[in-house]
Amino acid sequence: MKPAPLIVGAGPAGIRAAATLVRAGLRPVVVDEAPAPGGQIYRQPLVPDGRSPEARYGSEAGKAQRLHAEFAGLLNRIDYRPETLVWNLGQGAADLMHAEKTTRLAYDGLLLAAGATDRILPFPGWTTSGVFTLGGAQIALKAQGVSIGERVVFAGSGPLLYLVAWQYLTAGVRVAGVLECAPFSAKFNLVQGFFHEPRTVLLGLRYAAALRMAGVPMRFGASDLAVAGETRVTGIGWQEGRRKYHLACDAIGFALGLKPETQLADLAGCAFAFSPRDCAHLPTRDGAGRSSVAGTYIAGDGAGIMGADAAERAGERAALALIEDRALPFDAARAILLEKQLATMSRFRDAMAKAFPFPEDWSIADETLICRCEEIAAGEARAAIRQFGSTEINRLKAVSRLGMGRCQGRVCGAGIAEILAEESGQSLAAVGRLRGQAPVKPVPLTLLDTLPEAAE
Amino acid sequence: MSARFDVAIIGGGLVGTSAALSLARSGRSVVLLDKGFCGAQASGVNYGGVRRQGRPPEQLPLAQRAHGIWPELARLIGIDGEFIRSGHLKLARDEADMATLEAYAARVAEFGLDLELIGRNSLAERFGWVNSSLCGASFCAGDGHANPRLVASGFAIAARRTGVDVREKTAVTGFLRLAEGFSLETETGATFSVRYLVNAAGAWADTFAALAGEPVPLTRIYPSMIVTEPVAPLMSVNIGMEGGGIYARQAPHGSCIIGGERGAVLENPDFSRPTGEGARTIMNRTAEIFPALKHAQAIRFWSGTEGAMPDRNPVLGLSSTMPGLIHAFGFTGAGFQLAPGVGEVIADLVRMGETNTAIDAFSIDRFFAPTTKTARIPYGSGAGLLPQPEKTGVPS
Ligand SMILES: Cc1cc2nc3c(=O)[nH]c(=O)nc-3n(C[C@H](O)[C@H](O)[C@H](O)COP(=O)(O)OP(=O)(O)OC[C@H]3O[C@@H](n4cnc5c(N)ncnc54)[C@H](O)[C@@H]3O)c2cc1C
Repeated sequence: MKPAPLIVGAGPAGIRAAATLVRAGLRPVVVDEAPAPGGQIYRQPLVPDGRSPEARYGSEAGKAQRLHAEFAGLLNRIDYRPETLVWNLGQGAADLMHAEKTTRLAYDGLLLAAGATDRILPFPGWTTSGVFTLGGAQIALKAQGVSIGERVVFAGSGPLLYLVAWQYLTAGVRVAGVLECAPFSAKFNLVQGFFHEPRTVLLGLRYAAALRMAGVPMRFGASDLAVAGETRVTGIGWQEGRRKYHLACDAIGFALGLKPETQLADLAGCAFAFSPRDCAHLPTRDGAGRSSVAGTYIAGDGAGIMGADAAERAGERAALALIEDRALPFDAARAILLEKQLATMSRFRDAMAKAFPFPEDWSIADETLICRCEEIAAGEARAAIRQFGSTEINRLKAVSRLGMGRCQGRVCGAGIAEILAEESGQSLAAVGRLRGQAPVKPVPLTLLDTLPEAAE
Repeated sequence: MSARFDVAIIGGGLVGTSAALSLARSGRSVVLLDKGFCGAQASGVNYGGVRRQGRPPEQLPLAQRAHGIWPELARLIGIDGEFIRSGHLKLARDEADMATLEAYAARVAEFGLDLELIGRNSLAERFGWVNSSLCGASFCAGDGHANPRLVASGFAIAARRTGVDVREKTAVTGFLRLAEGFSLETETGATFSVRYLVNAAGAWADTFAALAGEPVPLTRIYPSMIVTEPVAPLMSVNIGMEGGGIYARQAPHGSCIIGGERGAVLENPDFSRPTGEGARTIMNRTAEIFPALKHAQAIRFWSGTEGAMPDRNPVLGLSSTMPGLIHAFGFTGAGFQLAPGVGEVIADLVRMGETNTAIDAFSIDRFFAPTTKTARIPYGSGAGLLPQPEKTGVPS
């Protein structure tokens, strides 16, 4: 008998994919690191904290509840494994870790819906205690009901910047400022975006308006961010043009948009190509979500940032492709409709990428730490590039240790690529990407084996 | 018009780059060709063991020559490659292992490795971080370890600085024996005509040997490694085990690197990855043999592609069919320590047609039946041109 399909990730894409496979009579295994389904956006609290879904998810509460309920309805028709990490893939099987035990699971059909993490570039003081990623700041609030500080500045770029700032504001935290790295003029691209997804744009404008009404300073074109404070954040400095500014604060949430989690696609052997829109090397896929490897599908932000609504559709579309490829009956008309909707959403995403552009000239001073695990400063990275004539990112890693530590480049990869591109006079596309290596996250040496199993 | 050089070297691993450096230093013009990046294959991704202990006696003269070069790296290539003469401790699990270590020590006594046999009590006293259930060990104080990524890149850079024309991403697709020397063809279209040709193509060298009418039973092996997060100083020596199992060392920045098991080849046969099962086996053994690592985490796995010969000895020496062709490959998982010595031997062979280092045991014709040995390829026959890659699966 054929093993079951494996879905990695129980966020919007993974949940919709699971529901679609179940409707086709399959019983997928669904693996997620988190203790409860929902993914990053619809993350559930670790323990009930008395807050309503409206308080937790704001405008998206309806969608969150619908997906949570949909998943609950699937529970006895799927093999759901929460708190489980896929730490390795290979030879048609996945190595799954749960509670320090590992299992090898053979699958027939792999649907990767692993989502995204914050993208960051280093700036002076970014490793000071009190600096968080925007996503980290959001999870603290959403899942644990705690704030990262008492006077918080949010900086960087991307729609999440305003959403998180607004969520903090509504939770009663003092938001000391919002510093957007993109120029104000970039926001005119939202007009284009409005045309495709008016609701999303209006929501964004509502967040911004609420922040402004509450008297939160909102700045645009902020460059040269610098954290003040030796052991803890005491403030943040920045420039607008030539003028320098400073704000006192005790915590900072920072990110420059999101970055797809692609290690599993890499371990699965998927082909990658540079995506100018995401400024990153991403697994290639067709409109349905089929990767270059037969039987491996990619959906949601893990394939390229499109947001939660698109992730739901992409998850369903990829699941339909899996069903079709298994020669089971599938709803072709639905597949076409989903692809159409995804195409529209993709045009919206084009506009958003212009409204929140990835900074083109992020200067990183020699003293700034770039790889925090290995404690390597930008100047040392530049020296290694010159000494060894590096032009390719994996070769640079080999001679410098950049990206070799605990995070395996997940945090520092964007910064390393930036410096290598600048120093070697190449484009981000040309310097390549850090090849993914197992384990996807650190695993204990004492990892115990349980018998290999094939999902029924 | 093809560019002229005294010597062309196929392969930018440590063998190729150390030969190139040595030849360039003695005034030869050298072109070095690699299909990818120099040091990106076995030489740059290996475990980093710089060890003579445990080698078969016939490898020891070569190993001793290399042994003299390792402490000179800073002078030779400008960086020390994190080479540390820490000593190499080979552990015995039981009495039988210990007896094997004793027999080995007696057998290689004449080569000057200065092996020291260590009993159970003194092992516990001197190396308390090793599981006390082990039976004993053999210690070679002059061995050590180094960072292969730095050493391999360092030799390539030094070769380039010394005037070697290093061409990366330039796969050699075939060569032709001329009346005098060879002409080389590459994937990029560049051609070269040279007096001497060195086949240092690592796990891919068998194709070039076959071109010279010297087919060899080379196979590929994929040793697997894991690395831990940095931990406090623990392993003061490079560790091996009698009869295999694992080998382990601690890098200067704190990570422990542990090897063992074999990886699985990927769709592109130039690359391989450890299997989950293999990695877990290494991890568990590590926690058992070094109890202090019980709470450590593994942060990365990798494996590399290495050419292996059935008798575990390399092929090193002059071609038996084509004058001017030198083979150096098939180091079977143990060529890192040897490579700097191999480079000098290759340079000897180019300069003088012979070398003072004993390498007879490594001659390529040990693999041919006497009948095939006579089937020589006539000069200029064109027999040296490689068939098309897609037909034969020649790696590119
Ligand atoms: C994981 C691993 C661990 C190891 N650990 C140790 C150890 O601890 N101690 C030890 O002594 N040894 C060790 N070894 C063995 C050692 O790394 C090798 O024996 C040694 O590096 C071989 O060097 P090389 O130059 O022959 O091969 P390589 O470094 O593989 O170089 C060969 C080069 O040839 C190039 N090439 C191939 N075909 C072509 C072509 N058609 N045109 C142009 N270029 C071509 C390749 O791209 C490659 O760069 C280990 C090996 C591996 C894989």
